[in-house]
Amino acid sequence: MELLSQPVGVSHFLVVGAVLFISGVVCMAVKRNALGILMGIELVLNGANINFVAFSSPTLNRETAYVLGLDGQLISLFVIVLAAAEAAVALAITLNFYNNHATVDVDRADELKG
Amino acid sequence: MSPDTSLPLLLGLAWLLPLASFALIVLFGPKMGKAGILASYVATGAILGSFLLSLTAFGIWHFGHLGARDDVVAAADAHHEAATGEHDERSAGHDAGAGHAGHGLPTAPPKVYTEDLYKLGQFGALKLSISYYIDSLTVLMFSMVSLIASLIHFYAFGYMHDELHEVTDHEVTLSDGHHLHRPGRFHRFFQYLSLFCFSMLGLVFAGNILMVFVFWELVGICSYFLIGFYIERKSAQNAANKAFIVNRVGDFGMIIGLMALWASLGTFAFGDIDGKLGIFSSVRPADNDYKLQVPDGMVRLSAMSEITAGTPATSQQIASWREQGYGYWMLVIAGVGIFCGCVGKSAQFPLHVWLPDAMEGPTPVSALVHSATMVAAGVYLAGRFYPVFAPEVLLVIAYAGAITLFLAATIAITAVDIKRVLAYSTISQLGYMMLGLGVGGWAAGLFHLITHAFFKSLLFMCSGSVIHATHTNDMRRMGGLRHKMPWTAYTMLVGVLAIYGAAIPFVIGFSGYYSKDSIVAQVLSFYNANPTHGGIFFALSVGGAGITAFYMFRLWFMTFAGKPRDHHVFEHAHESPPVMYVPLAVLAFFAIVVGFPWFPFSVVKLLEQARPMGAFASGWLLPTLAYPEEHLSHTDAIHGLAEVSLFFVALAGLVLSAAFYAFGRLNPNDVRKQFAPIYRLLWNKWYFDELYNAIFVRPVLFLSKLVANFDRRFIDGAIDGLARCVRSVASLDDVIDRYFVDGAVNVLAAWTYSIGDSLRSLQTGKLRQYVMLIVIGTVALTLLIRWSVAASG
Repeated sequence: MELLSQPVGVSHFLVVGAVLFISGVVCMAVKRNALGILMGIELVLNGANINFVAFSSPTLNRETAYVLGLDGQLISLFVIVLAAAEAAVALAITLNFYNNHATVDVDRADELKG
Repeated sequence: MSPDTSLPLLLGLAWLLPLASFALIVLFGPKMGKAGILASYVATGAILGSFLLSLTAFGIWHFGHLGARDDVVAAADAHHEAATGEHDERSAGHDAGAGHAGHGLPTAPPKVYTEDLYKLGQFGALKLSISYYIDSLTVLMFSMVSLIASLIHFYAFGYMHDELHEVTDHEVTLSDGHHLHRPGRFHRFFQYLSLFCFSMLGLVFAGNILMVFVFWELVGICSYFLIGFYIERKSAQNAANKAFIVNRVGDFGMIIGLMALWASLGTFAFGDIDGKLGIFSSVRPADNDYKLQVPDGMVRLSAMSEITAGTPATSQQIASWREQGYGYWMLVIAGVGIFCGCVGKSAQFPLHVWLPDAMEGPTPVSALVHSATMVAAGVYLAGRFYPVFAPEVLLVIAYAGAITLFLAATIAITAVDIKRVLAYSTISQLGYMMLGLGVGGWAAGLFHLITHAFFKSLLFMCSGSVIHATHTNDMRRMGGLRHKMPWTAYTMLVGVLAIYGAAIPFVIGFSGYYSKDSIVAQVLSFYNANPTHGGIFFALSVGGAGITAFYMFRLWFMTFAGKPRDHHVFEHAHESPPVMYVPLAVLAFFAIVVGFPWFPFSVVKLLEQARPMGAFASGWLLPTLAYPEEHLSHTDAIHGLAEVSLFFVALAGLVLSAAFYAFGRLNPNDVRKQFAPIYRLLWNKWYFDELYNAIFVRPVLFLSKLVANFDRRFIDGAIDGLARCVRSVASLDDVIDRYFVDGAVNVLAAWTYSIGDSLRSLQTGKLRQYVMLIVIGTVALTLLIRWSVAASG
């Protein structure tokens, strides 16, 4: 509980990012709906993004040794672009899957199993 | 344009035109009109062009008085005039033009144009070039060859028309019992004719002996193609092979002659080109009064053992060695070698066997190639090479000619195939030419060559016309045909009279009369000088003339006179189309007039313009052999006697022939029974084919069978054994490959498969399971790293 008494810093952001990441993973692991899984993916990506942003911020970091600077922000921008592209592809796959199987249940997508 | 540029240009073009036609027909022949009919127009046009060019050259030569040698022309004019005839034969050459104006040897060398056209290559001293040698003989030969060839092209257009469509060859039976059916080969025939004309004209045009040899062989290969024109017939194949192989025998001698000449003289050229001495002037140098002498090169080569190394022989040494006879053998070998080639090509004894078989070719070929031009090439070359021949060589030539003329004439008596009679008569007439050359009658031999070309091609084309009409060669099935085919019958009668030498003695006669008489007159003149040899020659040549008269009239009577023997043949006989008989008429005209000596451009006078310089030398090996100069035979005492004896002997032959075959006074069958052994001998052609078969063909076949057996048993066996070895090694390899290499690969594959199979169950296809596994894996990895860091830290 030491964290709550301190001024907002990198650690707080890391906690939020971790929470988002874990929520995303859990969402991916438990949802059977493909759209739910896509949402989980978004959460995971954004959890990671928050970490990058936090580490790149000069105001949050007192110890300059950890500062990523613009690199971190650019990486997070890339991740956003990547997420958009990934969403477009994944949604297209999902839509096709729906057209063929009349459902978006990922457990039904096991035709390529070994 | 001066003659030294215009003559080579005209004759060179005349020479190359048929080559162009050949190339065109080779490339486009089958596409030339329907069934290649235009090929004949191309070929005929080319040879006609050659003839016109040759005629122009002839005109330039004659009207330019290029070959004028006053003394010689006077001598020719004085042929039949009386001469004193008393002067010594040897000294005649030296006082010519002085004491006996117009009777003697030419005092100036003949006018010759000779130059290199193109140098093919130079290898040290060996120079190979395309060169020309033009004298009046060349011009004369060009005109004669191209004229006859043109007429034969026209004739062939009619004769070969069967080849314009599909041909069924009744003489070839296939294995299924049907006759051979093949497409026509009209264009191919004209293609070969063009190539032949090119080769023949090249042979005449050639200015060096190597070029002569090349065209000599080209002529031979054309002959091979044309004899084997009906290649599907077994007999045609054999005849073509026979002609080619027999000619190779002669050419072998020719190559030896060439080597002897080149090794000793270092040149192939006939005449002097660019100041370098040619063969003729090395053998007959001007400073030796153009008399035959062994050239320095031959002396030096033969006296190799006398020459001390390092010091070149002086001219005195060479002169003394020449006195001792060094090198003379070489000259004889060169001469005999060259003559060997002529023996093969001109079908002289003992290589005469190929010519009758060559009649397998179409008749225009027989007329052009095997009577008028190609076989005459041997005589031409003997005439061209005349300055090189030593007296001993001339004697060999004379003997070969005499034997040939008699042998062939006797065989012709019994032959029943119309073309074979003519073939043997060709051999016999070629024998006359060689005999004429061999006894010193240079002009006489070549004169007969020209006249014979005209009447023999006429005779052959007439026989072709008969064969065309009757579809048989067998004279026993003909008879009475003059009613059916008058043009052929009477033009052929002209030919027969020409070869017979018909004449009103001392007044006028057919062409054969002049040429044969001059040969026999020279033989008689030779007889006066050398009774032993000359007696044989005279008897054979006069007897041969009688036999010639007999068998030629026998041919004519059997074919055209009397009653038809085979009505089926007679019914179907018909006169040939104009394209065939017009050439016959033209040739008949020439067969009559070509021998007349009165024209300013008569053959005799033209020949005299090219007569080689120099008197005959006495032989070194046969010193008693004396050669009378040819002009001495023009005296009445000699020429008149020859003429009269020929007239009566030939008349006897004619009367005998008429008694047998025209009036039926004598029955040939009775005579045949009476003289059965002689008849068999002649019928079997003196058993020459059998003899050669036994001596050469069988042993060669036996040897080749032996070699074939060796080949099959040993060489093939060795190769088979090697193959078997390789096979067993390969099967061992196969086992290793299959069990070891393949085994290892298969085991590896099986492992991979089973591992893959066992890993299959992991791939459930459940997405959530995968995510769980990723999470668990990540956490586990993190913990592992932590612990390991903690443990090490």
